Amino acid sequence: MLRIMLIGWVLALALSACTSRQEAEQAAKNSPTLSEAAAPQPEQHGVEKKTVTLANPLNGEWIAAGKAIYDLKCLACHKLTNEKVVGPGWAGVTKRREPVWIMNMITNVDMMLETDPEAQKMLEECLVRMPNQNISDEEARHILEFMRQNDGEK
Amino acid sequence: MKRTWLSILGTPAAWTVLALAITACTPRNPTQAIIGNAAEEVYVPPGQYDEFYSIVSGGFNGQVSVYGLPSGRLLRIVPVFSQFPENGWGYSEETKPMLNTSHGFVPWDDSHHIALSTTNGEHDGRWAFVNGNNTPRIARINLQTFRTEEIIEIPNSSGNHSSPFLTENSEYAVAGTRFSYPLDGAGTTPDVPIETYKQNFKGTVSFVGINPQDGELNIGFQILLPGVNFDLARGGRGPSHDWFFFSCYNTEQANTLLEVNASQKDKDFIMAVNWKRCEEYVKAGKGRKDKVRYAHNVYSDETHSATSNIETEVTVLDPTELKDIVYFIPCPKSPHGCDVDPSGQYIVGSGKLAAVIPVFSFDKMLKAIAEGNVESTYEGIPVLNYDAVLHGEVEKPGLGPLHTEFDGKGFAYTSFFVSSEIVKWNVEKLEVVDRVPTYYSIGHLSVPGGPTRKPHGKYVIAYNKITKDRYLPTGPELTQSAQLYDISGDKMRLLLDFPTVGEPHYAEALPADLIAPNSVKIFPIEENKHPYVTRGEKEARVERKGNEVHVYMTSIRSHFTPDNIEGVKLGDEVYFHVTNLEQDWDVPHGFAVKGSNNAEILIMPGETCTLKWVPDRIGVTPIYCTDFCSALHQEMQGYVRVSPAGANVPLRWTTGGTPESGLSNR
Repeated sequence: MLRIMLIGWVLALALSACTSRQEAEQAAKNSPTLSEAAAPQPEQHGVEKKTVTLANPLNGEWIAAGKAIYDLKCLACHKLTNEKVVGPGWAGVTKRREPVWIMNMITNVDMMLETDPEAQKMLEECLVRMPNQNISDEEARHILEFMRQNDGEK
Repeated sequence: MKRTWLSILGTPAAWTVLALAITACTPRNPTQAIIGNAAEEVYVPPGQYDEFYSIVSGGFNGQVSVYGLPSGRLLRIVPVFSQFPENGWGYSEETKPMLNTSHGFVPWDDSHHIALSTTNGEHDGRWAFVNGNNTPRIARINLQTFRTEEIIEIPNSSGNHSSPFLTENSEYAVAGTRFSYPLDGAGTTPDVPIETYKQNFKGTVSFVGINPQDGELNIGFQILLPGVNFDLARGGRGPSHDWFFFSCYNTEQANTLLEVNASQKDKDFIMAVNWKRCEEYVKAGKGRKDKVRYAHNVYSDETHSATSNIETEVTVLDPTELKDIVYFIPCPKSPHGCDVDPSGQYIVGSGKLAAVIPVFSFDKMLKAIAEGNVESTYEGIPVLNYDAVLHGEVEKPGLGPLHTEFDGKGFAYTSFFVSSEIVKWNVEKLEVVDRVPTYYSIGHLSVPGGPTRKPHGKYVIAYNKITKDRYLPTGPELTQSAQLYDISGDKMRLLLDFPTVGEPHYAEALPADLIAPNSVKIFPIEENKHPYVTRGEKEARVERKGNEVHVYMTSIRSHFTPDNIEGVKLGDEVYFHVTNLEQDWDVPHGFAVKGSNNAEILIMPGETCTLKWVPDRIGVTPIYCTDFCSALHQEMQGYVRVSPAGANVPLRWTTGGTPESGLSNR
């Protein structure tokens, strides 16, 4: 008898859980309490880069601008050698990675950590998510130029 | 038998009954109050947002809190007048000046009323203002950052209760003194016997100008007034745009046992001030310049620092000389709330001891002034004829009316403390149409947009003064109880109880889309103009200036640079200037030192904050991050070595190795 009651109770609970989830979903769909302008705010990231054009010789102004951003926003975690501190060292990064991969990693890090197996592998190694450092597409390109110089390109 | 009684007393039910019996004016059975599917109406699904922000005063906690409606979820506590060890407000070197006053550092207050900025009488989502009721102050909170940006002290005032209500376009915030007191016009209070109240005590109301561009405050002018208590106030709108209305009690001018002695007269006053005319007089040089001292404190998001200046002059207008700026309207009896309807035509006075709610007509007031329809003068100020200004009285509304809000559909909602209810009535017809009990003894009430030209209606929130049995008991001290009612239909319906922090007095609510899209996420590090900013780890360093040691420190997930510091000596004052290099939303870092007599600090992305630490003993002291920032947050730590005074240990700072490794002293 006790067991039957218990089963009944569990069943009732399961049913009610199911109902309440449906109700919640319904409420979420029709919720009159949500105003449209207050819809969830996505974080500010750049649009996915599909192509990056490289040219030689390197652009000296871009290198200087990229170095300044590096000193302010990147150096805390990335060294210019191949030594890993928080994130991997930058030596050789432009040989290992495609330019678009680097650019997206800087400006589109959430997308990369969700979709890119290489980026996910890096997170497993470092265990600190590469932060969004509020860097524009243009600034990211300058950083890339600085990385190329760091890897010995002219 | 005895035991049986004891065991009955021991049951929760018995205590509930007892508590209800003790509550003076217990309304109808609270368990029958829920009608319809209330849960669904206040449910905000996970990950979704509330429709309204409610900005709520914190009363004796001296702060402002922010709730989402209809869920009643607490979103944030904004520190204002009181130190807040949670994030270092009033403890960090940058924020200490915000709490400076002419009395010196006053790290607490009693914040009562919220006023949200309006443009053309409608909420614009720019600033929230709140009063300091104790040490007379007005604070301005930026609704993009939810931080207190400015605090101005009010001179010639003694308890700033009648504040910080705004004019229709946020031209001015007002500040009426609750306590009248002896004033001599020289910024000092003369030493006179207390019982000379009638001869020597004066009141003032101040109009504090608000710069329309950046919100900066300045005291435009003050009006010197008879010694009474100024209680609440509302600005006119539409036709009454140029006017401001204040409730006054203690027109008996009692200085002791006010409970009895200030309740003698059948009518006190609503005071009408023509602030536009005042402005003209100030411009024409009709004001007297009083020597005073008051603090004006401003916080900058560029330097991430506050400055405090003591100002020394204020312009005072005397209505016994300038005859057309102030009029008294008789109002029964000890009025508290003084509220203006959305059209700007009706002024509602709520006499705490009155049996009716008087509603005054702005047009009739102008007519009475024009016709000189005056029944007497009070210390040289004309008192208009009650019947000439009255639109009408709401008969038998309830007991102890306090405050009134409006729904924009022609209805008013008045809170009744003694009979513990909200009463809905028709403003034109003066007829009560509905009433609901509150649990228990409501003080202020709030309709989203209720004090504006365009109320958003939908809900009324009761801020109750007595909690008793509404929640699980927590000893003698209980949370404060707020209640959300639906007002979209003919009948008000109770939907939700929610607990609140501090003791809310007034609150205002506004649609989330006026604030949410403008919310600041980070402070761009490139724009950080803090004098002790560290722009990247390359600039991290330690500098000694006499016995001051300045640590230029950076934080990023998950380390400080430098994190090993040596060469500090007993007798030094150490200033940790921590710059958070993060540039992502919601990645603050904390900073704390063992045994600090100060507080910890929280540093938002791109910001610099300074913690002062005076070591009290020799040895190695840990420092660490207090805000869980990453999987390696527990690794975000370091050490400071403190040597004896006069020791030979050189100043040295490192992160990740020895000075020679290239990662330190760089």
